[in-house]
Amino acid sequence: MRHLLALRDLDPGTIVTLLDAAQRLRDGEAPPSPAGATVAMLFYEPSTRTEMSFILAARRLGAEVLPCAVEHSSVRKGESFLDTVRTFEALGADALVIRHPSSGAPHLVARHVGCAVINAGDGMHEHPTQGLVDLLTVRQVKGRIAGLKVAIVGDILHSRVARSAAWGFAKLGASVVLAGPATLLPAAPPVPGVAVTASLADALAGADVVMALRVQLERQAGGALPTLAEYARTFGLTEERLALARPDCVVMHPGPVNLGVELGAAVAEGPRSVIRRQVANGVCVRMAAIQWALGRGAGAELPAAATAAGEISRGRARPEAVEVH
Amino acid sequence: MSDVLIRGGRVVDPSREFDAVADVLIRGGRIEAVAPDLPAAGCDVLDAGGLVVAPGLIDMHVHLRDPGQTHKEDLGTGSRAAAQGGYTAVACMANTVPPVDHPVVVEYLRSRAREVAACRVYPVAAITKGLQGRELSPIAALAAAGAVALSDDGAAVPDAGLLRRAMGYARMVGLPIIEHCEDASLSGSGVVHDGGQAARLGLVGIPSESEAVIVARDLLLAEATGARLHIAHVSAAASVRLIREAKQRGVPVSAEVTPHHLTLTDADVGEFDTNRKMNPPLRTAADLAALRQALADGTIDVIATDHAPHAVEEKRVEFDRAPFGVIGLETALGVVLTHLVGPGILTLPEAVRRMSTRPAQLLGLPGGSLRPGDPADLVIIDPHLAWTVRAEAFASRSRNTPFEGWTLRGRAVLTMVGGRVTHDLVGAEVTA
Repeated sequence: MRHLLALRDLDPGTIVTLLDAAQRLRDGEAPPSPAGATVAMLFYEPSTRTEMSFILAARRLGAEVLPCAVEHSSVRKGESFLDTVRTFEALGADALVIRHPSSGAPHLVARHVGCAVINAGDGMHEHPTQGLVDLLTVRQVKGRIAGLKVAIVGDILHSRVARSAAWGFAKLGASVVLAGPATLLPAAPPVPGVAVTASLADALAGADVVMALRVQLERQAGGALPTLAEYARTFGLTEERLALARPDCVVMHPGPVNLGVELGAAVAEGPRSVIRRQVANGVCVRMAAIQWALGRGAGAELPAAATAAGEISRGRARPEAVEVH
Repeated sequence: MSDVLIRGGRVVDPSREFDAVADVLIRGGRIEAVAPDLPAAGCDVLDAGGLVVAPGLIDMHVHLRDPGQTHKEDLGTGSRAAAQGGYTAVACMANTVPPVDHPVVVEYLRSRAREVAACRVYPVAAITKGLQGRELSPIAALAAAGAVALSDDGAAVPDAGLLRRAMGYARMVGLPIIEHCEDASLSGSGVVHDGGQAARLGLVGIPSESEAVIVARDLLLAEATGARLHIAHVSAAASVRLIREAKQRGVPVSAEVTPHHLTLTDADVGEFDTNRKMNPPLRTAADLAALRQALADGTIDVIATDHAPHAVEEKRVEFDRAPFGVIGLETALGVVLTHLVGPGILTLPEAVRRMSTRPAQLLGLPGGSLRPGDPADLVIIDPHLAWTVRAEAFASRSRNTPFEGWTLRGRAVLTMVGGRVTHDLVGAEVTA
């Protein structure tokens, strides 16, 4: 039993272990059956692709899925977040998959439950399985991560995808540049050693990987952007702009794409785009993540203490749950 | 109440630059004499050899949550926490439910304190009705009822014109204005300092300028009106620069800093630790260094705790939903002795001055002194006693300390208010 809260917490070896396991599943390896495992899905924010891919992943592993439609739950009666997750633990969940609008919500849960916690995106903090998806996709295309230049472009300030990707790529030896409008950049680099710039040209120059982030429409309403058209004019990725990157660069996007804003259609659907492949990788990555968190299958051979720093071993494990099979 | 001779302690009284081994004779609840080798006839004798005898600490910024939120704290628990920390007096902020914007609430606090409090309790009244920042409170009536200062703490007075009028009125009745300096438009929905930790954790940041722009505005208004302005819980180097420059110009300004802003930075928020979520937020190492320097050189006058109790379940929530604030009455002295006096940033007498004598002067309160004739409000400190912070042992009703588990060196072992013992670590005799 381990928590998957943030790529910041994982050492490079663990990340590679997870990627290898996901790749084997992608290649058709039959997953070991986690007999009797129950995985609860607590999505406090609307999500389509992440929630669906987690549900599919759990089912393909043969786990029982406990869905929680938060809008119909006791949360509406004022039940606290912790009360809700403890209820799911009491119902026998072995893992809680949590999507929440508050940064750190899965960390809070991990301190108060004995089952595994998997972060499916928390506020503006991290989205670790999306980061793994991005790493896996680039590794499939490029054959490596180390030594690549990765440009992540867009609303860096509010993006949990950017944070997880930056940690993941940096930990595996890529150089990472985060670029966006000045109003959407954090006050300090969110990841040590990662560059932050308002210059799109600097970010794109010689990039092997260009990841566009989704512009949240509410950010525009918040005054961070004058208009979406202006964003498209200054930071939208067009074929002309991508000419600054390496000719064989990979173009990514966590989806869904605002066509004509973050990416021109020619780029999004062009030969360098791996957006569809990212989506397809989602299920196997989440299968690997669930197996790892439950201590079954992927990475299970690694002792917990050696595979993860900090949060991973911090939860109050139930005695029967700490064994790594 | 028996007469007491405190024998052979290091008596530190910054009000008259006294620092020597001496006896302190207390009769009828007042200091009768401070001198070597006083006769003990008819007195209980307390041996203070190796200990420090100082004026009782005075905290000019606490939240006792009474009335209205007594599940967090009340006058009894809050004042007992104060006594345990070596405090003999506290000034409690006006943001209660209802707020202290009517003389009746001031009178409630004073009478309730007489009934249950283990220290002197001085109400701070609201600057504006309902703390809404729209209309002036009945300032003269509040002063007449016993308020010792005016503050809308929790928020700045947003309307500069209204604050200017409040300052004029406060000057007329002789009360200082204590400002929580924060520009809400810059803080927005921020929950931590807008720096490295906010970037790493994906939390909305509160920039330092949020504090400093209001400090600048208020300094100009204090200069214009002649009102006494006290800047609460300074957190940012930019604010320090402005206050230093204003003091040099003769602006009637004073300032306070909390023990947590003197010892912790935004990095200490760690993995979303809500017991380190406060407003103003913990800032950078450079800010912390500036605060220490400002305290040492007198730019910042006072150490105050901003004791802000919250129930455990209120803090055990998502970080952005948790209330701001930490408690401090029971840890302040130990933190100051360990982390400011120990490394030589403040001398012991200067620490006592900033935690007792100076707050008394700023609020015009009795105490802060061991002069013969003064009420026997004092604290006996064991400067060498090592102890570990365990919130579960606190007298406060709340547990939200940022110092849980810290080992500190130095602690109040006996507190006395008007000659009455309110905290006795050795004898465990605590009276309310």
